[in-house]
Amino acid sequence: MTAVPTTLISGYLGAGKTTLVNSLLRQSAGRRLAVLVNDFGTLPIDADLIEAQDGNLVNISGGCICCSYGDDLTAALLEMTQSGRAIDHFLIETSGVALPKPITQTLMLLPGILVNGIVTLADAQRVRECAGDKYMGDTIHGQLAVADIVILSKVDLVPDQEAADTIGWLVGISPRAQVLSSERGDLPAEAILGEASVDEPRSDFMRFVRHGTRYETINFESEHPADVGALADALTARALGLLRAKGFVKAPDGKLSAVHVVGDQRTIEPAPPWVSGASRLVCIGLAKKFDKTAVQALLERHFHTLTAHDRRENQPG
Amino acid sequence: MFTIYEARKIITMNENRPVATHVAVKDGHILGVGTLEELAGWGEHSLDKTFQGKVLMPGLVEGHSHITEGAQWRFIYVGYYDRLDPNGKLWTGLKSAKAVLERLKTEEAKLEDPAQPLTAWAYDGIFLKDSITRKDLDAISTTRPIGVLHISGHVVYVNSKALELAGMLRKDIDHPGIAMDDEGLPAGEIKGLDVAVPLNVHIGLNRLEMVASEKGLRDFSRLCVRHGVTTAGDFANPLPKPAVDMLVRVTAEDSFPARIVSLRIARDITPTEIIERVTELKTLSTDRLRFGKVKIVTDGAISAYSARMKWPGYFNGEPNGLWYMAPERLREFFERALEAGVQVHCHTNGDEATDLALDMFELALRKHPIPDHRFTLHHCQLANTAQFKRMKALGLCVNLFTNHVHYWGDQHYEITVGPERAERMNATASALAAGVPMAIHSDAPVTPIKPLFTAWVAVNRLTESGRVLGEAQRISVQEALHAITLGAAYTFGMDDEIGSIEAGKFADFAVLEDDPTEIDPLKLKDVRVWGTVLKGRVFPAAAV
Repeated sequence: MTAVPTTLISGYLGAGKTTLVNSLLRQSAGRRLAVLVNDFGTLPIDADLIEAQDGNLVNISGGCICCSYGDDLTAALLEMTQSGRAIDHFLIETSGVALPKPITQTLMLLPGILVNGIVTLADAQRVRECAGDKYMGDTIHGQLAVADIVILSKVDLVPDQEAADTIGWLVGISPRAQVLSSERGDLPAEAILGEASVDEPRSDFMRFVRHGTRYETINFESEHPADVGALADALTARALGLLRAKGFVKAPDGKLSAVHVVGDQRTIEPAPPWVSGASRLVCIGLAKKFDKTAVQALLERHFHTLTAHDRRENQPG
Repeated sequence: MFTIYEARKIITMNENRPVATHVAVKDGHILGVGTLEELAGWGEHSLDKTFQGKVLMPGLVEGHSHITEGAQWRFIYVGYYDRLDPNGKLWTGLKSAKAVLERLKTEEAKLEDPAQPLTAWAYDGIFLKDSITRKDLDAISTTRPIGVLHISGHVVYVNSKALELAGMLRKDIDHPGIAMDDEGLPAGEIKGLDVAVPLNVHIGLNRLEMVASEKGLRDFSRLCVRHGVTTAGDFANPLPKPAVDMLVRVTAEDSFPARIVSLRIARDITPTEIIERVTELKTLSTDRLRFGKVKIVTDGAISAYSARMKWPGYFNGEPNGLWYMAPERLREFFERALEAGVQVHCHTNGDEATDLALDMFELALRKHPIPDHRFTLHHCQLANTAQFKRMKALGLCVNLFTNHVHYWGDQHYEITVGPERAERMNATASALAAGVPMAIHSDAPVTPIKPLFTAWVAVNRLTESGRVLGEAQRISVQEALHAITLGAAYTFGMDDEIGSIEAGKFADFAVLEDDPTEIDPLKLKDVRVWGTVLKGRVFPAAAV
């Protein structure tokens, strides 16, 4: 059984967890997402996405599913992993008062589950007020402090300066996290569900992602190998306007490496054993700054160069 | 034609006629209480002297228990205290881990199928100072999974086979709830309900099945008879359809000896849906089965450090506990329930949770100022006078977890909340002084269902070690007896039907061998129970 990457979506009531989940479902693009929701509430899936409902299980367009887990997430996940159903990624929407860290610790015990990270949402209009609430303050801080990605939601509903101030504040209390902002869940799925490890280097420049931001994405695939180190270095060039690149690159010896580039930092690790196939990379940038043409050209050059180079080396005598 | 029962004494809990010698019963209801001559005025009757030498009290009301107390007895009892099982067998308390292992070994030898799980419950390591390990349990069996459940229900001890079957006999585990041993494998103690889930199926634990267990319910009702209980709350039942169907069917039998008040736990669906669901369930209510109430849980438990505490928090420095419900949700529940006339019982263990419930209820009540709602706060173990005064002002009732004072009072004094606050835990005297309608409870199976024991704790406040924990919070025997009859009946909104022996109410009696108002208050817990009468039907404990 291959382990299924699993992302926790945390955040207080009204922080935008459901909106984000629906946005991710709309961008599933062949990725079979299984969404597990806990919080009280009628079904959190947009009606137009629902294909069929069978008791507690909802079938969603694109091969995705959703079910609620009441108070027993472990049992729901075990049932799901043992059902033989094809699932590419679990999205767990936790209750508004849950602390995500203990949940991930328990999930790590489960066979078939690979914890991918904690995404905590913060409502741009309310998060600072909630974080100061006498009852909920420590819970909100607990949710933010352990996040790998913090998303400031509803930034379109507050003045620019306030959003910027709140992002600065979030950077202070979410030390490990990349801080992103969104309106109506408008973030690329790759930025949330990327397949890299949880302990990614922190991206400081993410704090400047602002209100009204739009993203563009390049999905690149190649049957060819590439020099992974040289490629990753090239992608850190600031002029490209790249926010993040993630994926797998095949070396000339056929081994796959997991590559992750954020800003000027890059990590290269052996790919997990369950990953196979061709090289593929997803590159994300801000709409106005992302030089898609340059990035596309760079990618083609790197994969092509090595191919040509190999061909030369392999030529007889 | 009706029956007049003669008794040595009838303690009516009715202030107008506190004691009597005879009670007349017709069609399951009390026709009158008084002397034989007075009651004969009702006409032709027969005189029944079955209770001639007995003391009758109103059937006792357990204001907060769980019917799963019955189903727990399918497992081997390894608790620290002596405990009576549904068959009337007294299981002696085990005072060392060694004794626990010996009992497991004895019971293991009785099992034939080598793959059958061996499961025990009510283990309490807090007293034993040592923990059971995987290797201890492996010495009993390596072929069958073994699980020993902690009394809290939140910890389980397992052997290698159980870990192996659950895929948890691994070296790469890094979890705060799982201690590792010197071999680098799980040592056997598994803390946390969620962590134990992969193990449950292998050790024969299925909570949803347990709430729907017919034998469990019958065993629960037998325990009720043995302890003089005629009405018991079933708190926090998810009430899946099989459980509802079973409850309706079994309690419909005239020979079923108890009234069950079953509350739907508020989770997994919206407040609106919960209200709709219990309103629908309410139509299935009968004399012996009451639906239509909601249980809400706001925080965890003090002993597990998951209760939400106000400053200065836990005595041993543990971080504050967990919220199980957001304030907005709680308020929404209160509002919807007030509006719909659905009664809510709300678990608030720590004092911060009690504050939250008071704040949210106050807002809800302002919006829907409905009198006589009888919403009740449960456990409320650290509620102080200021909070009781707010409860009174808001028309709330309280049901205190008095048994904790005896069973874990020493630990609260020394470890969890410290001396000062431990002395006012479950502050029965303060609640009464503030005029809050009050009940006291066992939370069975957490502690045994035995209201006269619970009353004994409220009267004496003696801990396991013999310390009087909070002299000032001791209440009188009369007050304690009120709490386990009319007091609890009031919180269920049933004080017009049960809770005292007076004309018009159900003929529900606890039949006692001793007089709780005459016995030394230090022996209140030792009052012998002969059985019960429910709606005029006699249930001797010896025959259930």
